[in-house]
Amino acid sequence: MTDTTHTHTLDTTRVKADFPLLASRGDLTYLDSAASAQKPRVVIDTMSEFYETTYANVARGVYGIAEEATNRVEAARAKVARFIGAPSADEIVFTKNATEGLNLVAQSWGRANLRPGDAVLLTEMEHHANIVPWQILAGQLGLEIRWIPVGDDGLLRLDDLDRLLDGVRVLGVSAMSNVLGTLNPVTDLAAAAHAAGAIVSVDACQFVPHNQTDVVAMGADFISFSGHKMLGPTGVGVLWGRAELLEAMPPFLGGGGMIEHVTVEGFSSAPSPHKFEAGTPPIVEIVGLGAAIDYLEDLGMDRVREHEVTLTAYALRTLGSRFGDSLRIHGPSEPAQRGGVFSLALDDLHPHDVSQVLDTRGVCVRAGHHCAKPLMKVLGVGATARASVYVYNDESDIDALADALAEAQRFFAL
Amino acid sequence: MSGLEDLYREIILDHYRSPRNRGELPAPPARRTEGFNPLCGDEIVVYVDLDDPSKGDAATITDIKIGGQGCSISQASASMMSAAVKGHTLAEIEALTREFKAMMSIHESTLEGEADAIDDTGSADSNGSGVPALGDLEALRGVVKFPVRIKCATLSWNTLAQALDESDQESDATA
Repeated sequence: MTDTTHTHTLDTTRVKADFPLLASRGDLTYLDSAASAQKPRVVIDTMSEFYETTYANVARGVYGIAEEATNRVEAARAKVARFIGAPSADEIVFTKNATEGLNLVAQSWGRANLRPGDAVLLTEMEHHANIVPWQILAGQLGLEIRWIPVGDDGLLRLDDLDRLLDGVRVLGVSAMSNVLGTLNPVTDLAAAAHAAGAIVSVDACQFVPHNQTDVVAMGADFISFSGHKMLGPTGVGVLWGRAELLEAMPPFLGGGGMIEHVTVEGFSSAPSPHKFEAGTPPIVEIVGLGAAIDYLEDLGMDRVREHEVTLTAYALRTLGSRFGDSLRIHGPSEPAQRGGVFSLALDDLHPHDVSQVLDTRGVCVRAGHHCAKPLMKVLGVGATARASVYVYNDESDIDALADALAEAQRFFAL
Repeated sequence: MSGLEDLYREIILDHYRSPRNRGELPAPPARRTEGFNPLCGDEIVVYVDLDDPSKGDAATITDIKIGGQGCSISQASASMMSAAVKGHTLAEIEALTREFKAMMSIHESTLEGEADAIDDTGSADSNGSGVPALGDLEALRGVVKFPVRIKCATLSWNTLAQALDESDQESDATA
């Protein structure tokens, strides 16, 4: 029911009506989906309905609802696999968020495979979630960490890539920057990394919610993302990994559900993905994530991306013509090279002051370093005010943002 | 929603636009302390010169300079603080800091209500103790209505307290 029954573009008025918070809070202009997306009615209802009719712990009981709950979780796993083009549902590990997935790769694969003196290559635009886990491991094992620089245009500078990759065992890269919106050439980077003998762990937190994802075409080894940025609930994330890597990796957390056998002498692990899912999983959240994927597939991911390219072009054009040199929008200037994330610098105003004024107009943006302090240093700023769009945003939201920015300029009149 | 004017009083904007005691002091002999607000990435550097550190609480801040970068609230608070503490003894500054922090403290009973409901801690300006008056700093009272911004206002104070607390010449503070 995705393609032919819909017009070519998203009907944002209809989409917005699907989101109870947005429908009931007409006073809000929500432009913080890069931090977390709002939830459509169907996700909220699916979770409530599951609690009211089907809830039980999974993979344990033999009674009816326990079996049904287990089936719903496994059906969601299959849905996630299909959504990202994974060859098998067994390659889908449910985590609590993308951060856990990235930590799992570092602590499980990294500890088992890296040796003192090995190098890890990251980019300067990584989120702390794809930096700190490697820094922790570097402290534990004695690793070298190298960095792919970011240019003034918001793109990775790859002229020195071959030298940087020499001797590298892991490349950690974001598929889309949460600050700049930059879409990184993951497929090319993965090919280069593999040629150099490295594996590739991708932070796809900002990418998967907004783009058609094909993990095979991407060519990476691990991909982590979060449910709550893709219209799903908080508390559930996904790690996809290539089956042969997951099978060979030691468990990350130990506990119930991840074992095959336990004696006083020791344990043996369950096969992947259950090996990496110790303890009771976020059952209802997994089911909710499945509903979010259904909703996104109904909209059509191609159409989601197209909508955001159009909206990005409108935002860059509108903000550029209205504020000229007094507003700097970090990141690539070409909509095709970026997602709908706009990190703004308005005159010399501090992002907290800007977002405080925006708040009085109901415009919700994020101010701060966006968990990307190394990138802030590259940009030469302490923080930015970041507006980000999703399926429910349209031109009127960008106009409201522009009006509120003008109000901030007027209020501080510097 | 409280009005912007409650937060950004004119005197605050004045200190933001024309910060007092902005700059650096050679350290040593000055003490140099950095403070960070990990939430927003703001950082502040406080330089203080004391007349005679061996005098303990009776030592006087002879000069103070503020460096770093931050939002209008953190910059204005630092500017006002620098003007308020210069020429005062550490004991007096400690009392002023207590008074300021009390004004900035947020209690459950006031979370929902008006900041004005907080008891006035009593102005010390006329008691002849030498403790400087809050004066301009009173303008920051409105920040309490915006709880996420309280740390912006207290960053420079925590950094100064750290600078005065220790004998090390180099140190870090976190808001």
